[in-house]
Amino acid sequence: MTVSFLTNWVHYLVAALFSVGLLGFLIRKNALVILMSIELMLNAVNLYVAKVSLALHSGAGLVLVVFAITVAAAEVAVGLAIILNLYRAKRSVDVDMFTGLKG
Amino acid sequence: MSELVPILFLIPLLGAALNGLVLTRLSSKAAAKIGLLASVGSFAVALSLSMEVLKTGQAIQWETSWIAIGRWDLRWGFVFDQFTLVMALMVTGIGSLIHLYSIGYMAHDDGVRRFFSYLNLFLAAMLVLVTGDNLLVLFVGWEGVGLCSYLLIGFWFKELKNTAAGMKAFIVNRVGDAAFLLGIFLCLKIFGSVSFSAMQTLVAGKNSLGVADLEWIGLLLFIGAMGKSAQIPLFVWLPDAMAGPTPVSALIHAATMVTAGIYMVCRMGFLYQVAPHAAHFVAVTGAMTALFAATIACVQRDIKKVLAYSTISQLGLMFLAAGVGNYAASLFHVVTHAFFKACLFLGAGSVIHALSGEQDIKGMGGLRSVMPSTFITFFVSVLAISGVPPLAGFFSKDEILYSTLTSEGGGWGLWISGLAVSGMTAFYMTRLCVLTFFGRYRGHAHPHESPPLMTIPLWATALGAAVGGVLSLPRDWHLAPDLLGRLIHGRVPEFAAAGEALSEGVAMIVTTGVGLAGIILAVVVYGLVEPKFSDNPRGPKTVLWNKYWVDELYDVVFVAPFRGLTRLCAVVIDPKVIDGFVILCSRATGVGGSMVTVLQSGRVQAYLLVMVAGALAIILWLGRGVA
Repeated sequence: MTVSFLTNWVHYLVAALFSVGLLGFLIRKNALVILMSIELMLNAVNLYVAKVSLALHSGAGLVLVVFAITVAAAEVAVGLAIILNLYRAKRSVDVDMFTGLKG
Repeated sequence: MSELVPILFLIPLLGAALNGLVLTRLSSKAAAKIGLLASVGSFAVALSLSMEVLKTGQAIQWETSWIAIGRWDLRWGFVFDQFTLVMALMVTGIGSLIHLYSIGYMAHDDGVRRFFSYLNLFLAAMLVLVTGDNLLVLFVGWEGVGLCSYLLIGFWFKELKNTAAGMKAFIVNRVGDAAFLLGIFLCLKIFGSVSFSAMQTLVAGKNSLGVADLEWIGLLLFIGAMGKSAQIPLFVWLPDAMAGPTPVSALIHAATMVTAGIYMVCRMGFLYQVAPHAAHFVAVTGAMTALFAATIACVQRDIKKVLAYSTISQLGLMFLAAGVGNYAASLFHVVTHAFFKACLFLGAGSVIHALSGEQDIKGMGGLRSVMPSTFITFFVSVLAISGVPPLAGFFSKDEILYSTLTSEGGGWGLWISGLAVSGMTAFYMTRLCVLTFFGRYRGHAHPHESPPLMTIPLWATALGAAVGGVLSLPRDWHLAPDLLGRLIHGRVPEFAAAGEALSEGVAMIVTTGVGLAGIILAVVVYGLVEPKFSDNPRGPKTVLWNKYWVDELYDVVFVAPFRGLTRLCAVVIDPKVIDGFVILCSRATGVGGSMVTVLQSGRVQAYLLVMVAGALAIILWLGRGVA
């Protein structure tokens, strides 16, 4: 089990996708890019759920993936709308410009 | 019948509540009527109770539960026996007369309602004190009269001097009361009860009681009495208490409240009988106080201060009698003193009233002709207190002095000091009378006789001062039986004379002679020549004029260090230590808060970083056993 876990390339792909997303999420300043990074992480997880579902010979995971993609689509619509409004407010989508919640 | 006992003090309590709390818009006249009515009502109840006691010879008791803890069962217990009878009749009787007098005296005051409320409250507390059948109920009354004394001394509270006098009385009494409480606690420990009858039975049984314990109880209780009855060293409050209205001085600070200490010692007489050292201490303190205060009274110029020191001196004599074991004589003097001293104070009040507030005898003189009623009653009382036969003071003082001589605890020393007191009393009272009523008028007011409302109580108390002696005529005379002694027989220990150094007749002649000498000396010194008044007396008189500097001594020893301590608190401990700690707390909170606000940068990605780090930490922690 452990050997096959380490040799299965899907694990590395998912880890790579997630790490790229996480890194972009933490260091990029452009709100649009951050949103894209979040999507990348989400889809890395989706991919992993699908893989595990196949490995367990169960359809439930696949249903969950399709469901998650659907919700993500709606969520992206909301996210883009927020970014649009941020741009309207400050003519910029640089997240460091928005520090109104500073304590 | 037994339900009447609590009603005795509930009536004045109701009067106090009505005047003080309920009917707050009452006119002065109506308030005075309520006050008088409550007092007279209480007197009527006392009379009917007395009739019953005299008829049956049995004490009337009433009690209800109060505190029951473990093996102690403390009760609201009241008893109306022959001893209480004397005190209760005296308190309500003289109290009623003084209520009547106050209507006239306080007529122009705007605090009449408050005044009568306090006066009624005092009566209620005093009646609780004399009817209580255990030390704890007595203590409730004891503190109640102390409170009323404080309230009434500072009655005219707009003057700082008066409120200060009130506080002085209260604080000095606290000192005594602390010891009194300790005495009660010790009683509870030793006897397991504070009821007079239970304690008496135990003392009479004397099974396992250590004499040392009894001595301590006697001593501690007496220290309480020292405060209440103004004995050395706690007498300093009584002269200052004269700041209150004069009827108050007459009722509380001469006739009734200050005798509470003597009442208590007589009630506990069964204990002092078997505690000879404590009893001797009582006698010696009484004799010393009597001498000490009498010397001061000889040179004072404020008419009320003279009477105040005289009261202290007479209280000393009463303690002397109680200390040598003659409780009946002590009680006898309490009663006669209540009459003549109340009369003297009321007379002084009448004079002060007539002279629009003048209290210095320098501004008096020659009032005999303009104030005949006041003069005659005052004169009778002066003769009574000086011990001129056949007035009341002669018999009571003679009985005290004679028992001092014959008692086992007495002796020549105590007798001679009592004799000296008796001579000085005659001297300063005559001096006061001469300077006030004889000679020519030295003031500038227009004196006038007081209204009948005020002179009626004067006549009534003077009558008591004149004929009060029949209560207890010497036994050898066989004229009338020893009424008072027979009445309270069995309620206080019987006086047992140890021997006769002098026959009673000779002692009586000596006592009277000394008294007459005092009178003659005062007449010669102050009556025959034009009196001279000096504000800065020279020589040994300075010592007396300044009252032995006792107040100044207490100032240096107690007041000044206490002031220093409070100053230390005010200047160092409060602002530096306590405020410092509070400020430190607030500063620490502030600093801590500002440190935490750094995290709230408002930058989303900083939050995200923390979140990721947190998630990572949780994952690592959860999976710590896997790898």
